[in-house]
Amino acid sequence: MSRTTPATPSTTAAPDARGRRLPRQLHPVAWWIWALALATAVSRTNNPLLLFLVLAVLGFVVTARRTEAPWARGFRYYLWLALAVVAVRVVFRAVFATGTTPTDHFLFALPRIPTPDWYAGIRLGGPVSLEALLSAATDGLRLACMLCCIGAANTLANPKRALRVLPGALYELGVAVTVSLSVAPQLVQSVQRVHRARRLRAGRSKGLRALRGIVVPVLEDALERSLRLAAAMDSRGYGRAGTVTARSRRVTGVLMLSGMCGLCAGAYGLLDATAPAPLGFPALGAGALLCVAGLRLGGRRVTRTSYRPDPWRAAEWAVAGCGVVSAVVLFAGTGFDAADLNPSIYPLGWPALPPVPAAAILLAGAAGLAAPPPRAHRPAPVPDHHRTTRDRG
Amino acid sequence: MIVFEQVSVVYDGATEPVLQGVDLTVEEGELALVVGHTGVGKSTLLGAVNGLVPHFTGGTLYGRVTVDGRDTAAHPPRELADVVGVVGQDPLDGFVTDTVEEELAYAMEQLAVAPAVMRKRVEETLDLLGLADLRHRALYELSGGQQQRVAIGSVLTAHPRVLVLDEPTSALDPTAAEEVLSAVTRLVHDLGVTVLLAEHRLERVVQYADRVIHLPGGGRVESGVPAEVFRTSAIAPPVVELGRAAGWEPLPLSIRDARRSAAPLRERLRGAEVPAVRPPAERPRPVLLTARGVSVAYQGVPAVREVGLELRGGEVTALMGRNGSGKSSLLWALQGSGPRRAGRVRVVAGAEGGTADPRELPAAGARRLVGLVPQTPTDLLYRESVKEELEQADADAAVPGAESGGPSAREILDRLAPGIPDAIHPRDLSEGQKLALVLAVQLSAAPGVLLLDEPTRGLDYTAKAQLIGIVDALAAEGRAVVVSTHDVEFAARAADRVVVMAEGDIVADGPTSEVITASPVFAPQVAKVLAPLPYLTTGQVSAVLDGGGSA
Repeated sequence: MSRTTPATPSTTAAPDARGRRLPRQLHPVAWWIWALALATAVSRTNNPLLLFLVLAVLGFVVTARRTEAPWARGFRYYLWLALAVVAVRVVFRAVFATGTTPTDHFLFALPRIPTPDWYAGIRLGGPVSLEALLSAATDGLRLACMLCCIGAANTLANPKRALRVLPGALYELGVAVTVSLSVAPQLVQSVQRVHRARRLRAGRSKGLRALRGIVVPVLEDALERSLRLAAAMDSRGYGRAGTVTARSRRVTGVLMLSGMCGLCAGAYGLLDATAPAPLGFPALGAGALLCVAGLRLGGRRVTRTSYRPDPWRAAEWAVAGCGVVSAVVLFAGTGFDAADLNPSIYPLGWPALPPVPAAAILLAGAAGLAAPPPRAHRPAPVPDHHRTTRDRG
Repeated sequence: MIVFEQVSVVYDGATEPVLQGVDLTVEEGELALVVGHTGVGKSTLLGAVNGLVPHFTGGTLYGRVTVDGRDTAAHPPRELADVVGVVGQDPLDGFVTDTVEEELAYAMEQLAVAPAVMRKRVEETLDLLGLADLRHRALYELSGGQQQRVAIGSVLTAHPRVLVLDEPTSALDPTAAEEVLSAVTRLVHDLGVTVLLAEHRLERVVQYADRVIHLPGGGRVESGVPAEVFRTSAIAPPVVELGRAAGWEPLPLSIRDARRSAAPLRERLRGAEVPAVRPPAERPRPVLLTARGVSVAYQGVPAVREVGLELRGGEVTALMGRNGSGKSSLLWALQGSGPRRAGRVRVVAGAEGGTADPRELPAAGARRLVGLVPQTPTDLLYRESVKEELEQADADAAVPGAESGGPSAREILDRLAPGIPDAIHPRDLSEGQKLALVLAVQLSAAPGVLLLDEPTRGLDYTAKAQLIGIVDALAAEGRAVVVSTHDVEFAARAADRVVVMAEGDIVADGPTSEVITASPVFAPQVAKVLAPLPYLTTGQVSAVLDGGGSA
């Protein structure tokens, strides 16, 4: 090797040239907290500028920090789904022609379809106004944004790995979900195979009979497969530690159910601004307490270890924090006019971009920088300096 | 290590016990090979080792099974997970997680092994089975052999003393099977794991076995050293059959042993005329199917490249090649149901010699020209009994407005596999019987060309011999038969002609004896032992020896 310039291998050849951090996978729960917090923040606003800002932030973080794993290829589909949501919303508003006022800017009129008397409440067709379409589009966009938040979480964190952090008491639930997740693609494959094979027999039956020709072999196949899976799991020690008494199981169930009810009521109270005040934090707190108690009780007798558990370090705090701060800022409503979050379309006007919420959403985007770079899917090629040192030596 | 004391197993609702009064001891570090026909209780015997029988399957087990001193009556399978590792036929069925590394750790997580130990054992197992490069890969992306090695690794991490493998290679091609079996033998030799292995392809494993457990039927079990058991057992690999025919002592179990004893036999056979495995054609065989430039591609990836093929009536063709070489795609394209990107297929339709392209016909017309039995024959079955299936087949095959002239599906089935009762559910048939039923369904349309996609998969020696008979009969009726298979012994006995595919191309096409003896790797065992003499089967050798004795 006749290199004249002194090479700086440690910076040029390292897999992550952007920083000194080692590539690793962020704790899946951190991504989920971040995404859910962002979705919560989105639920508060109707401002299209803010919503587009959220989409941009999601796009940035996903492209910066997703891996090459199979589940990480799905963000595109969530975007299509989001687009479909907006489109459906707008089309429905146009067809059902509701929510127009006489002062609206009318764009065009759809042919009016007469409806029977008992259906009088709903109009089909009629004039369509710009205001109606815009409000439908922003409504749809908000829903689409929330969908994309969930999509981002699914893309950034392996959903199955996220289930592994479930407390011991919920382990069985996690396994059931994991198994069903892997069965679904097999079922699709099975249906395709049987459908293809059907032509070979050229059955003349149509309709229900034909369906039976596909459903019966597929279901028989799935049933046999699940029995074999159950046998394999049993032989590999699944359920070995499941010696929970019936009584403690019942108590756990009651605690968990009532806890979940509390959580739901609390979440509703917090998210819906019109709900009575005591429904918010108190119900949420009580629900959380009950759930924790239930999980503790249920998990007490479970002895199971976890292979390479994901650590929870500064980066995890930072990512989760970024999301939570943006949600808190949008909920607290200090430092900006709350009306800016939901700009009125009467009269029509360009919405203003409130600086504080915008900054909060941009802060959520900082998660893309705070998270460590993902591990390369395939082993990185041998770094250059390895070879040079060996050649020299 | 494994002790069976007077074990009998009766399943609920069955009148006959599957196992009866079995006494069996497998010592530590032995590789015990379990042989027997389908349905004699091999799976029951293996399942009893880790308590799946009767804890999981139901039924009643009399007597006592102890493994490493633990009685399976008191220990359900999950409590034996640290002593017995079980690997099944299809690795994908047993996977719980989705990457290699997590799958290897799964059993240890259940056994609450400390995280540091787990990490170390996973690394060791990755090295032991040569999986280190695959550690982050998704399980479904792996090849069959890699998947099966992961399945073995995933039970090994729990450090079991006993490994139970129930036909671990039946779903694999020969290369993958070789990969798995060599991993297993390495475990026996390096780690001293006790292995209990059931396997149809005896020729691959018999030389490694320390003990053979033979299930002759009727619930009995015989156990002994391989050379003793194979002297009389009903099933034996070709090399053993050759040894029996030639009267070699001791009985050879490997090609190497046989070749060393074979010098006198080769000398004796040198001058003799080699009898044909299959009767030669009496009259010229008519071309029934002509394919020109057939190409198949899936999403731009070519599976079959410009293949030309002629199939003749009365001829049995074996289509060989590794997994993914385009065999199935070609068969489906010839039948007209699968995709075909380019090329033309003409099939003789009717007695007048007119031709048609099956793809351009409706499905019912296409199957009257070319019948295809897919890799999973049960995909075609959806009725509740054999009788219903056969009636459905007759109804489907009937040409509207025409008198039905051909034999009914029931008659065809009785000829292929006599004695299958009407009332039985198709799923309860043995693999060979299911194949016969699907064949009968497809033959009810009286196609001139019949394509069978890997029918030998999962068949034992008897079922294979039956299949050879069936294929023979079909060819004798003047049909063109194509059988895609990995099994070179089957091809040697059943096929007039062998076509070998690789990467979508036909790389060899010719008479069986020429193609499969061309390379030593590919040849059947008898050919390997007797090379350079062009013998393929034990039957040929016995014919010469018997004939030579009387003359």
